[in-house]
Amino acid sequence: MGKFMKILITMMMVIALSACSSQDVKDDTSAGVEDQTGDASGTTSGVTTSGVDRLGEINGIAIDQDGSPDYVRTIYFEYDSSEVRSEFIPLINAHAQLLASDSSRRVVLEGHADERGSREYNIALGERRAISVRRLLLGSGARSEQIRMLSYGEEKPAVIGHDENAWSKNRRVEVRYE
Amino acid sequence: MLFLTASMAESRITIEITEGTEGTAPIAVVPFAWQGAGPLPLDIAGVIEADLKRSGRFSALDRKQMLSKPSSSIDVNFKDWRLLGTDHLVIGKIQSTSRDQYLVQVQLVDVLREKQLAGFNYPVHKSSMRMLAHQISDVIYEKLTGEKGAFNTRIAYITSSGGKKPTYNLYVADSDGYNAQSIMTSKDPIMSPSWSADGQHLAYVSFENRRSQIFIQEILTGKRQSISSSAGINGAPAWSPDGRRMAMTLSHKGNPDIYIYDMASKRFTQLTTNTAIDTEPSWSPDGSHILFTSDRGGKPQLYRIPVLGGKPSRITYEGDYNARGIYSPDGRYIAMVHGRDKRYRIALLDLRTDQLSILTDGNLDESPSFAPNGRILLYATARGDTGVLSAVSVDGRSQHRLVSKDGDVREPAWSPYN
Repeated sequence: MGKFMKILITMMMVIALSACSSQDVKDDTSAGVEDQTGDASGTTSGVTTSGVDRLGEINGIAIDQDGSPDYVRTIYFEYDSSEVRSEFIPLINAHAQLLASDSSRRVVLEGHADERGSREYNIALGERRAISVRRLLLGSGARSEQIRMLSYGEEKPAVIGHDENAWSKNRRVEVRYE
Repeated sequence: MLFLTASMAESRITIEITEGTEGTAPIAVVPFAWQGAGPLPLDIAGVIEADLKRSGRFSALDRKQMLSKPSSSIDVNFKDWRLLGTDHLVIGKIQSTSRDQYLVQVQLVDVLREKQLAGFNYPVHKSSMRMLAHQISDVIYEKLTGEKGAFNTRIAYITSSGGKKPTYNLYVADSDGYNAQSIMTSKDPIMSPSWSADGQHLAYVSFENRRSQIFIQEILTGKRQSISSSAGINGAPAWSPDGRRMAMTLSHKGNPDIYIYDMASKRFTQLTTNTAIDTEPSWSPDGSHILFTSDRGGKPQLYRIPVLGGKPSRITYEGDYNARGIYSPDGRYIAMVHGRDKRYRIALLDLRTDQLSILTDGNLDESPSFAPNGRILLYATARGDTGVLSAVSVDGRSQHRLVSKDGDVREPAWSPYN
């Protein structure tokens, strides 16, 4: 699957997840065709009519081969900034809800920086980005013992290159389930 | 005991002199005479010549222009060398004495005064030939400049190779890039090599356990121990000049601060307490102060704090990004990564005059490291898609590049004298 498609699908999932906390199909034991005997509903020929519930779809949570959720897990940042952009808030909330719903789940927030500047300062910047994401996860129901942070600074670039195109993809926090 | 392997002599790095012959002293290093059977074990004169040229202080006469190739001072025709404009002459011979054992004779001759300035005989095993050549370069350099040479020293650096799933290596090589040996290989990043004062150990950061961790490794045996693996950052190790303490960055209390680790007591003392990023500690040569990077003023700048604690004072004001500061061995200069106009270059601050000068002209230059004599700065720079090591003389007059076959090369650390 193309990366873009994957992001789209996941964003849709995330929206669905945050929009409805319960499943949107009713219990199917309540649906069905009514018994035709007994009281008729205003018909003369002993026939009754009734509707059935609409077929729906349950939102599945895609998983990886190792069973952890396959959301988009990368949050991107501006240059020299650790502020989470608003477009990533629903994504972080979705992760927070998952963590809140299952206290046995553990995540590592991997902080990264672009290659500019010095390496150890970039380690500190990567950690600061992870701290921003952690704060939002905690604010939305995750517990601190579920979250570990690890900064790689500029040591593990997602994209190799010396331009803004590469740099913008390298300033990131990756959410990884353990 | 160091065991030598066949691959050892192979060069992993080649050197290109990229700039500068201005104001250099003319010298001729005559190929040494070979008195033995079989091929010449090592072109010692070639190694010496390359060392002297790389220092930026000498220009060497091309071998093809030499009118004669004397191997001892009594054979020297001084008039010829004066005509060629040579001030000094290095001559010598290599004699085979027994299996893999040689006697190397070398003389440094003053062409104008027609007299020997230095002369030595060295009995040497084949495996130590290169080391001897660097040692001779040091003797010549000191005799002619009055300053200590730094040829017979080592450099450590980190490589990453193999694309998407790279392998990281920590190498130790001779100062000219030869005899590179990996002392640590990992599938996870390795960072921030720092030499002990006696040149026998390297501290570094490894992510091998899915966390950052500081190790100390003995370079001759490969034995190592973990020093710090607390939650969060364990980074930027810097050995104190007396070798008894190590400054480092830890963030287990919530944000990165500088700590001093005492080797004997294994105790950590917190030195900075600011809520900003404090990292990249570097010792003043007298061990009294720590220089560090902090963004407490909004942008990363260099600050200095007494090792025993106290109020930090800001050191840099020019440019909007100054980081990874290190003192020169004599304490007069601070080299740093200087960011300005979206370019990151190596700059030198003269603490006597407060003048900041930019020494390099890359866009992504980083990790400056002084030669132990303070004359050359080694640093990492980008060349195309890979990182290479480059060196620049502190006066900015000469530059050379060390080109490696090992993919991305970064974080050079020049060893102390040992």
